[in-house]
Amino acid sequence: MRRILIIGATSAIAEATARQFAARGDALFLVGRDASRLKAIADDLGVRGAVRTATASLEVTDFAAHAAVLEQADRDLGGLDTVLIAHGTLSNQRECEESVETLRREFDINALSVMALLTPLANRFAAQGHGTIAVISSVAGDRGRMSNYAYGAAKAAVSAFLSGLRQRLQKSGVNVLTIKPGFVDTPMTRDFPKGALWAKPEDVAKGIVNAIDKGRSVAYLPWFWSLIMLVIKHVPEFLFKRVKL
Amino acid sequence: MTVKGQSWGRYPRADQRLIALTDRHAPLPSFEGSALPHGNGRSYGDSCLNHDGTLLHTRGLDRLIAFDPATGVLRCEAGVLLADILDFAVAQGWFLPVTPGTKFVTVGGAIANDVHGKNHHVAGCFSEWVNGFELLRSDGSRRWCSPSENADWFAATAGGLGLTGVITWAELRLRRVRGAWMNVETHRFSRLREFLQLSAASESDYEYTVAWIDCAARGDRLGRGHFIRANHAPAGDGPARPRRRLAVPVTPPVSLINSLSLRAFNTLYYHRQRGRVAHALTHYEPYFYPLDSIGDWNRIYGRRGFLQYQCVVPPEDAEHTLTDLIEQIADSGTGSFLAVLKMFGQRRSAGILSFPRPGATLALDFPNDGHATFELLERLDDVVAAAGGAVYPAKDARMRADRFRAYFPAWETLRPYLDPRFSSGFWRRVTE
Ligand SMILES: Cc1cc2nc3c(=O)[nH]c(=O)nc-3n(C[C@H](O)[C@H](O)[C@H](O)COP(=O)(O)OP(=O)(O)OC[C@H]3O[C@@H](n4cnc5c(N)ncnc54)[C@H](O)[C@@H]3O)c2cc1C
Repeated sequence: MRRILIIGATSAIAEATARQFAARGDALFLVGRDASRLKAIADDLGVRGAVRTATASLEVTDFAAHAAVLEQADRDLGGLDTVLIAHGTLSNQRECEESVETLRREFDINALSVMALLTPLANRFAAQGHGTIAVISSVAGDRGRMSNYAYGAAKAAVSAFLSGLRQRLQKSGVNVLTIKPGFVDTPMTRDFPKGALWAKPEDVAKGIVNAIDKGRSVAYLPWFWSLIMLVIKHVPEFLFKRVKL
Repeated sequence: MTVKGQSWGRYPRADQRLIALTDRHAPLPSFEGSALPHGNGRSYGDSCLNHDGTLLHTRGLDRLIAFDPATGVLRCEAGVLLADILDFAVAQGWFLPVTPGTKFVTVGGAIANDVHGKNHHVAGCFSEWVNGFELLRSDGSRRWCSPSENADWFAATAGGLGLTGVITWAELRLRRVRGAWMNVETHRFSRLREFLQLSAASESDYEYTVAWIDCAARGDRLGRGHFIRANHAPAGDGPARPRRRLAVPVTPPVSLINSLSLRAFNTLYYHRQRGRVAHALTHYEPYFYPLDSIGDWNRIYGRRGFLQYQCVVPPEDAEHTLTDLIEQIADSGTGSFLAVLKMFGQRRSAGILSFPRPGATLALDFPNDGHATFELLERLDDVVAAAGGAVYPAKDARMRADRFRAYFPAWETLRPYLDPRFSSGFWRRVTE
């Protein structure tokens, strides 16, 4: 049985991942914004086999509230083996171009809050000498593109932070996993035709659990995104600036 | 976002906006024009489509709420798939009391079509096992509907084709099983009369009965097939559960089903079993859901899709009426690999528009060959209507309005319960 903390537990990927853990009989502490949705998810995970579920509400940009929630999760589960950070907003690029206020808010949510949560968590995990820290970043962080570079830049910050943290925690036996999903199909469009690049949250969830179990460092999900991004990262800038992406 | 959508038959196509429901406590989102709840799109024709309107996708309502392993009572959201229920319940000794031939349907969709299974003669329809559900209407009202509370709303919504509001969650009674295995017995029969005799003889001792028939056979072979009866096996292990899942990767430009492939397949299928009777211990999955192991099998009918036809005809002249229907089909040289034939029992359905009623039900697929197909189905309708039968709306894409009204004389009773802002392609076709 693992004791797992999930932040951003109402996101489609996080919920699908939590179901995989629940079916294995893990204990789960769920953090999100909306108490009634968290309760609905916790009940579901209980029926699916989780040995224990508990929830707490948190606005991730309320930095002052972080410590208490982490403390509560640790106490409630009797320690933590795994943490999955999954919260985020898909920023509106156009609005970020027009409003510094919006840009800062998006950075607070997608980058700063993640790093802020990781800081005490990393110290805690380093001290205990084991565990997995898994964070959902994005392929969008691999290269800024005109269609979403505000979001991409925040994710790039998270990815860089994680790679440094991974090096630091390596010797304490803590694994840091960067998860980079490509396009993920939401419930809304599940049955309707779309490109072959779209993955289902359940498939991404399987990939996450697998990467955690295997102690991997970076997981592109589905795997073919590693090839796509390999190409995209290596297009020379003089060419890249001419394409519309 | 406007999206082209299809139902399982891939005919017709409809343009509609999609709105995902993901929170059962949330009010209905605002929408323009008409809306229709949509489950997992396993209905065949246009009853789950709403051209020029909105579809309220319910698959995001897929949470289990509570399960009592002592009584088998399950509360869950309406977008939960029957597959999800089986995934956790079978291991604890519980099973669906009624299941259609695919487990990829939602609880909401199963209630809205009041679906039936191979055990209709002992278990009736899906809604018989529903303790109640919450119905959310476009005016924001929420109602708990059960056979005793708001019973009229319960009867209007079970089999109500999604037109009375959105079911947000439901409470179901599961049934006990000892394990995942089925004792299955297959009898080869060479004419319809034998099917009817086998059905009658099996009714009291076998929970599940169904037959596959060769719809290409004519003359004195007409109505030959395999009769399959089964019960849940008493505990114990069986052979390993089959795990391979195939898929049809692309849609061929034309249907792969033609009169030649059809005759060949049907003949092979009929003769695959050497002896007259065969016994097997089978896992419940291939037994109940033979087609689910082939992903997207509906694509083999090509771009134009296909039409499913399922009718029920009264028991009195069943032999005669079925002979008429099968003759028409065999003469046309079209039709599915296998036609499914079953006797419905006497149990009264709870819903005003529930399809099952006493008699024989025949179901099969037809590749969409345009005019010829529609004409054939019209002729089948002539036979069904003359016999006093009915056609299943969940599987229909073309029945005429006057036929619908004759098949479902109580349809007007539904009127006061319709949500004024809900509609579907099917409903406009048969009522306007
Ligand atoms: C291979 C196969 C085998 C089948 N075998 C059988 C069988 O043996 N017996 C049988 O009866 N049927 C059978 N069917 C038909 C299928 O069971 C029904 O069409 C079922 O209702 C589909 O459910 P769905 O969740 O996909 O809903 P959809 O097809 O998406 O919708 C069905 C109807 O339910 C309504 N609806 C969906 N969700 C809600 C909700 N939350 N609230 C209110 N209304 C809602 C929709 O508006 C629509 O009218 C079969 C289908 C296939 C593909």
